[in-house]
Amino acid sequence: MMGRLNLFVGAGLVGAWLVAVAVSSVYTPADPLSMDFSARLQAPAEGSLMGTDQYGRDLYSRVLAASRISFGVSFATVVFAMTLGAVIGALAGYVGGLTDRIVVMCLDALMAFPPLLLVLMFLSVVGPSVPAVVLALGVGYTPTAARVMRGTVLSIREVEYVEASRVLGGSDAWTLWRHVLPNAVSPLTVLATSMFATVLLLESALSFLGLGVPPPAATWGGLLADGRQFLSQAPWLCIFPGLVISLALLGVNLLGDALRDRLDPHQRDAV
Amino acid sequence: MQLVEVNDLSIGFHDRDKVRPVVDGVSFSIARGEVMALVGESGSGKTLTARAIPRLLPDGAVVTGGSTQFAGEDLGAVSETRLRGLRGAKIGMIFQEPMVSLNPALTIGRQLCEALLLHKPQPREAVRRQALEMLARVGVSEPERRLAQYPHEFSGGMRQRIMIASVMLPRPDILIADEPTTALDAIIQRDVMDLMLDMTREIGAAVLLITHDLGVVADYADALAVMRDGRVVESGPASETLAYPKHDYTKQLLKSLPGKPEGTHVDSTKKPPLVSFDGVGIDFARKKPWPWSPRRYFHAVRGVDLDIGAGETVAIVGESGSGKTTLGRSVLGLIKPASGRVIFDGTEIGARSKRPFNHFHDRIQLIFQDPYSSLDPRMRVGAIVAEALRLSGMSKVEKLRRASSALEEAGLPHNFAGRFPHQLSGGQRQRVCIARALACNPDLVVADEPVSALDLTVQAQIIALLKELKERRGFTLIFISHDLAVVQEIADRVAVMRQGRILEVGPAERLFDAAAHPYTQALLSAAPFLSIAEDSGAYQLRHRAPRPVAPPAGHGYFDPDTAGDGDRPLMYDLGAGHRVAVTDASSH
Repeated sequence: MMGRLNLFVGAGLVGAWLVAVAVSSVYTPADPLSMDFSARLQAPAEGSLMGTDQYGRDLYSRVLAASRISFGVSFATVVFAMTLGAVIGALAGYVGGLTDRIVVMCLDALMAFPPLLLVLMFLSVVGPSVPAVVLALGVGYTPTAARVMRGTVLSIREVEYVEASRVLGGSDAWTLWRHVLPNAVSPLTVLATSMFATVLLLESALSFLGLGVPPPAATWGGLLADGRQFLSQAPWLCIFPGLVISLALLGVNLLGDALRDRLDPHQRDAV
Repeated sequence: MQLVEVNDLSIGFHDRDKVRPVVDGVSFSIARGEVMALVGESGSGKTLTARAIPRLLPDGAVVTGGSTQFAGEDLGAVSETRLRGLRGAKIGMIFQEPMVSLNPALTIGRQLCEALLLHKPQPREAVRRQALEMLARVGVSEPERRLAQYPHEFSGGMRQRIMIASVMLPRPDILIADEPTTALDAIIQRDVMDLMLDMTREIGAAVLLITHDLGVVADYADALAVMRDGRVVESGPASETLAYPKHDYTKQLLKSLPGKPEGTHVDSTKKPPLVSFDGVGIDFARKKPWPWSPRRYFHAVRGVDLDIGAGETVAIVGESGSGKTTLGRSVLGLIKPASGRVIFDGTEIGARSKRPFNHFHDRIQLIFQDPYSSLDPRMRVGAIVAEALRLSGMSKVEKLRRASSALEEAGLPHNFAGRFPHQLSGGQRQRVCIARALACNPDLVVADEPVSALDLTVQAQIIALLKELKERRGFTLIFISHDLAVVQEIADRVAVMRQGRILEVGPAERLFDAAAHPYTQALLSAAPFLSIAEDSGAYQLRHRAPRPVAPPAGHGYFDPDTAGDGDRPLMYDLGAGHRVAVTDASSH
């Protein structure tokens, strides 16, 4: 019962986000970039659902437009970090020995720095742009994904069905692909959803520091950061982006949980 | 008055909104000093029933009816404080896993004293003295020094002795022992059981013994209750009930006991060997404390010579750590020998590749011990079996057809192909493992303890299946086991291993009836067994009494415990393929 609620609410919220992404690329109520200094910091009213910002831009349109970039950046980053991390982690865990030790040493060295610091370092050299942000965040989170993958693979490698695959003449690559990876999916799904959330927040922190997606393009984190200085005069500038971020993260997490339960054959007939 | 009286006890598990009954109206009583055995297969409710006495039920389980009385007190009605006073002091409990029932972070001494201090405040010195005496009593040498040691410094059998010591220290009125020796090897099992029963007899305590081993019941129990699906189906005096079972289920259990089969084994020692072990030694590198420490090895197998003929069933018998599993894996090329050669049908295994790999995957197959971990939980049964044919070049349809016929041959209906492993019972899973191993029609099957994780009746079915398939397909079988009764049922020839060496090998009948090596004799006499008496038709407990056989003239028996690392025994031929490990000089 709870499981089904998770799935519906999660899918609903993420679905709404995806609809916003699709719609905003062809239509927004107003031009999210057009300024109107006669209508600065207007409170939400008819015709301007979420009010306007300090340059008189329509916040509703900006939130819609930002949904696209925020989703793109977070999604690309998570896919990047997960793929790279899973490959590195799976190889290190499965091959073991010296390879494993060297990989773990490198990962530990990377993990010794907070991801934000790594990303800052990288972006201050390369300069802010959407691909640079994705690359920097992706590399920053790869060690986490790799560590989780390595640990999972290490434990699965010892289970007898892996040995059974070798008894049947399966090569290492086949065994890894057919038996180890599918069974390592569940911890990775959990990690991916929580990483999605952190990345979204970290991206807003970067925007706040002026190293995120460069203005005037809007991201949810950027909107929140911009609104902060007007918190007492125009609280809607923070409330609406904050609300949208919370709902989006809730959706991703619920959907992640629901998917994990359904992907696990043990749970399948219990649901 | 009875010490323990269980009346019409029912226990259920909370399942969503309902309560699912698991124990249904169980009644029995135990007198002071009596040894009562609760026998049943997994899921019969025997453990829950026993745990309900000191009210130690797991989460979600509730007593739904009936009562348990202990020395006239209704345990269902007394307070939690009173119960805590009874547990340990009056009701002692021993669990199956000696590895986890002692706290690894505390010394043996602290854990022993704790039990005493908890129930009776007394001077530390007195407690320590009692603990020392008790350790000496359970056969721990140098108790003074051992008291300061931690559980990991003891072997499994020693830990179970210490567990017994800590439970017996407060002199309880009843000892509840839940499969106390199931995880132990035969010889240690007998020693631990003897010790446990001696000590309870000394202080006049009763014992509630939960077990699935009918041999143990016949040997030690006064009374017996057989449980099935939460009900007691038969109870009474142990010897009488076992000799003349009335209920069909008890009869079925006794019939499932493995033992000597009718008919004789084939003698295939004359045929050319299909597999030859030629001085095989297998080492594992130990973990080095520092990178610059010299490499150290654990010798799992030391110089084994053994020929296995085509069509034969050869059992490799030994306790845990004897190297029997390692030797079996070397045939599959999964472990490479450090010395010697494994030759399969004229080809040396592993010679072609550096990596451990089963090159003969269409000719040599393996059946695993644990049917729960050897099947990929994400694959359907049909796909699991079809994977065995992946490299066969068959079409997908052909593979699935072969897979479902293999499943059918293993006794599973064809609609099982669409199920996931976790939807199957242990016995059904083992049938899937067998179907997978036989799908590609191998010449040689290595079965590594294939029935030791299964219940008695299921075990009998799986052994019957293996025998039937072997008869039909004619493959060669290497059967690795620690259970001599099972081995006697299936093997043509038996090799006894200890500490990586073969101590005795020979035709099954000769080995069971005329074992020469003292270790084989000890192993045989440690396992009590039930068999039908020829005159009365009743089941009787039998022990194989060790009958020392003098070693061949000019030799002494090879003793692996005192032998050096590099010593290799001489295999002395006693005739008819019966060979025993000896040393050269009789003075040794």
